Parts: sequence; C-alpha cells; structure tokens
Amino acid sequence: MATPSPLVEMRNICKNFGGLQALNDAHLDLYPGEVVGVLGHNGAGKTTLMKVLAGAQTATSGEIRIEGQKVTIKDPTDARSYGIETIYQELALCGNLDAPANLFMGREKNKWGFLLKREMKRETEKAMSKLGIRIKSVDSDVEIMSGGQRQSISIGRAVHFDAKIIIMDEPTAALGIEESKKVIELICDLKSHGIGILWISHDIHDVYNYTDRIVIFHGGRNVINAKTEDFTQNEIVSMIISGLPIIKDAAK
Amino acid sequence: MNLFATIRSHPLTWIILVSVLLAVVLSFASPYFFTVGNINNLMKQMSIVAILAAGQAMVIITGGIDLSVGSVLALSAVTMGWLIQAGVDPVTAAGCGLIMGTFCGFLNGFIISRGKIPPFIATLGMLGVARGMALVITEGVSYQVLEPFFLFIGNAKFLGLPIPIYFVIVTYALVHVIMHFTVLGRHIYAIGGKERVARLQGIKVDKQILKVYMISGFLAALAAVVMVGRLAATPPSVAQGIELQAIAAVIIGGISFAGGRGIVLTALVGALIMAMITNGLNILGISSFWQQVLIGVVIITAVWLDNLKRSDP
Repeated sequence: MATPSPLVEMRNICKNFGGLQALNDAHLDLYPGEVVGVLGHNGAGKTTLMKVLAGAQTATSGEIRIEGQKVTIKDPTDARSYGIETIYQELALCGNLDAPANLFMGREKNKWGFLLKREMKRETEKAMSKLGIRIKSVDSDVEIMSGGQRQSISIGRAVHFDAKIIIMDEPTAALGIEESKKVIELICDLKSHGIGILWISHDIHDVYNYTDRIVIFHGGRNVINAKTEDFTQNEIVSMIISGLPIIKDAAK
Repeated sequence: MNLFATIRSHPLTWIILVSVLLAVVLSFASPYFFTVGNINNLMKQMSIVAILAAGQAMVIITGGIDLSVGSVLALSAVTMGWLIQAGVDPVTAAGCGLIMGTFCGFLNGFIISRGKIPPFIATLGMLGVARGMALVITEGVSYQVLEPFFLFIGNAKFLGLPIPIYFVIVTYALVHVIMHFTVLGRHIYAIGGKERVARLQGIKVDKQILKVYMISGFLAALAAVVMVGRLAATPPSVAQGIELQAIAAVIIGGISFAGGRGIVLTALVGALIMAMITNGLNILGISSFWQQVLIGVVIITAVWLDNLKRSDP
C-alpha cells in the first residue's frame, strides 16, 4: 500500500504567551481519510495547537505544511483558503443571526458588497438537508434553536465549503446521545470522502472507538503519536495524566 | 407566514403606535399642535438629533457607543465657519467640514480597534478633544455664516417640506440599506452579537469597526451642515450634550445596548417622540425644565417595556 502524502504536517511548533510556553516543539501529522484524536488535559496545548492551525492564533515559531507546501497561516481566512475548517466547542455561532448568516459568516455571498440573501438561504437549506437535519425555518435566529440544530449549522459550515481538513473541538460535548451518534456517523462519512479530521477531546471513550491515530499532549509537548489500536483505553488515560509515553515492543 | 404575526413582532410596529398615540394626545391637548407650521417646526427640531441617532444606532449595534458626536458636530461646524470666514466657497467649506467629521470618526475607530480602548473611553476622550479644538480654532467666538447655500439648507422648503427633512430621509434610507443589504451591515450585527465569534469566522472586525465610527463621524458633520444652516452661525459651544439626546433616541427606539439587536429606523421614531415631547410641552406652555424630567422618564419606561415584552413569551 502506497502511503499518501500527509494533508497536514506541523513541525516544531512553539507558542509563548508572555512567559508561559503553551507549546514546546509540538508535532502533528494528518493524512487524507484519517481521524486523529488529539488528547490531553486542559492546558496541555492541544487547543492552542489547533488554534494555530485554524489561524485563530499564530505560532511563535515552527513550520506548517499543507499537502507538502509550506504555508503561513496568519488568520482564519488564510486557514480557510487551505481548506481548513474548524468546528469550535462552543460552536462559534452568533445567536442573534439566522442560519444562513451564520453559515456564511465571514464569506458572505455578495455582489459589490450587497448580500445575495436568497442564494445563501437556498444553499443553507441544501447543506442542512445533505446533513439529514431538518430545521423548520432557516430564517429563525440561531439562539432559539436546539443544541443539535446549532451543531448542525456549525458542522454544515465546515462541510459546505469543501473542507479538506476539519478540526473538531469536542464536537459531542454539548449534545445528547442521539445527536452525538449523528455527529459520529458524519465523521465516518467525511472520513470515507478522504477528509482528514482532527478530533480534540479529553474524553477518550468515543475517541478510542472512532479514531485511527492518537496524539497526546502534556505540558505543551508531544507525549506520543501512535495508532489508536496499539493501546488500551487505560494506557491512553495513564499517558494523558502522567505525560509519560508507554513504550511498546516494536515487533508486536 | 402569518402577516399579522409578522407585523405584531416587528420592532417598528410598537414604537410607531406609541408615536401616533402621542401625536393624537397632543393634537387634542392643543389645537396648534397638528398645524402645518408646527409640524414643519417639529421636523426641523428633530432633524439634527435624528441624523446623529442614525450613526449612534449603528455604533450601538456593534456593541459600542459614540459619546463624541456633539463635539464632532461642533468641530465640523467651526471648520466650515472658519473656512467661509477665510473666503472659501461654501460648498468646499461644507465638504471640508464633512472630511473633518469623518476624520474624527476615523480617530475614534482607530483608537478603539487598534488601541484596544473601550469605546466609552475613546469617544469620551474625543468629546473633549473635538470640543477643545473647536474652541481653540475660534478662540471662543462664533462666526457668522450668511451664505445662501447654508441658509437654503436651514430654511428653505422643497415640495412643502423643510430641507433638513430630506437630509434625514436620505440618511436613514442609506443606513437602512447598509445595515440590511450589505456585507458591512451583516458584519455589524455579527460583531455586536459576539465579537469573538465574528473574529474566528474571519470577519475583519477592526476594519469594520473603523468604518462604523467613520460613518458616525460623517453623520455628525452632516448634522453640522444642517445646524449651521439653521443658526446662520457656528458657535463653538453648539450642540453641547446632544450626544445624550441621540443615545436616548436610540434607546427609546428599542435598540439593545448589548449590541447585535435592533433596527436603525426605530431610532428615527425615537428622535421623533423626543421632539414631540419637547414641542408639545412648549405649545402647552409647560416649563422646559419639566421636559428633561419627562424625557428621562420616557427613556426608562421604554427600556422597561422592552424588557417586559422580551420576557413575555
């Protein structure tokens, strides 16, 4: 089997906040059609690393390659131009706006600065139905929608713009069982389309069952980068807590 | 959709009802209120606050505030007066006044977005700076402006309506289009809704904030053009405290101070209600000292009713 080239390579990423070093030589790879679980405590650096990739923060030093090309990601718009979409934990929606406004936020369809509202509404309805989510009226403000509907807008935003790389920050944290199942189904579906997914979590249960690889962070450093199936859940938990890698026999 | 429900829930509906009610009450209270002369007078009185309120409403919807509009108005007016005094033709002078206002707005926006200084403080600073500059330029004296251009704007009529009203109509039409049909307007609501989200979603928040304060500054200068026309002079102390009236018009209009909510047109009705109160009390011969009391009560009542309406369903 030929190894495809990685979608994302993050090398030697460092990030300082004043005197605090949030990331110290962090590494990460992501291949097409792969789901990578990014694990670690609060403050382990996983969210910071993802923010660097998403353009919400810039790294102090380090190198990012997208499909082999060295890139600079200064802001979220740069990240999007490389096909990187992010689904934030708190969904990053404006409650005072309707679904199309949220879906197209920051890249509104327009002609000479004038909004093409009807077109955006049509595409939103299409995107929602593609995800199998029914929203009574996309014209309602997002704040009166249920958690699942809001999640679907947030996911719809990522999927609609032909993402190659999707970062999911605790995508199931705020959801019920039914809704979580839907999200996981969607992750599997995206994966089968060759999209690379970075799944941030500190709950390892779902991550263990649905990821191909895991990357664990502790104190801003990589602990391990390995196939999920090489470890048991307990071993993963212990690495998250201790920050010490468990060395497996290479010839297992 | 149910048309009745749409009309019922529209933010303009209630405030227009209130203003109509007020007009009816005042018409019964004084036979003079609903006469052509008085209505024209009323519209002229309201026009300056209404123009300022349009810009103020945009700023407040972003979650900010612009305390400097009164001072910026004065500085723009003084700029025009000074240039006219120096022999510049009135249209160029008006243009320079507009540039001055827009520049003050630019400084506000720049200080807020780049300097990360809260709008309240940044524009409070500008309130002092612009008023002070107006006094420095004039050394405290008022220039007389008897140019036909300005007198026309202040006193002439077109199709039976005073010219300042056309300034108001055009201002609100343009601001309404910006707020509801352009990318900038959409971004203003997004920033007011949740600025952090707007940033994460790639909106150039700083750039858009800058534009909004520039629009507010420009409108303050536009109000100055009308003001100079009406006064035929540019006293540097003009429009002191008018920013509070503009803010009050926005609040009475039901635009949320938290940002992200409300329709700019309601600020126009808010300005109209305030002008009607002032005008009505004048006609009825009630002391102008009571006007301030009444307007204060109206502001609080408006917000209170708005809260009740929101928690209703």
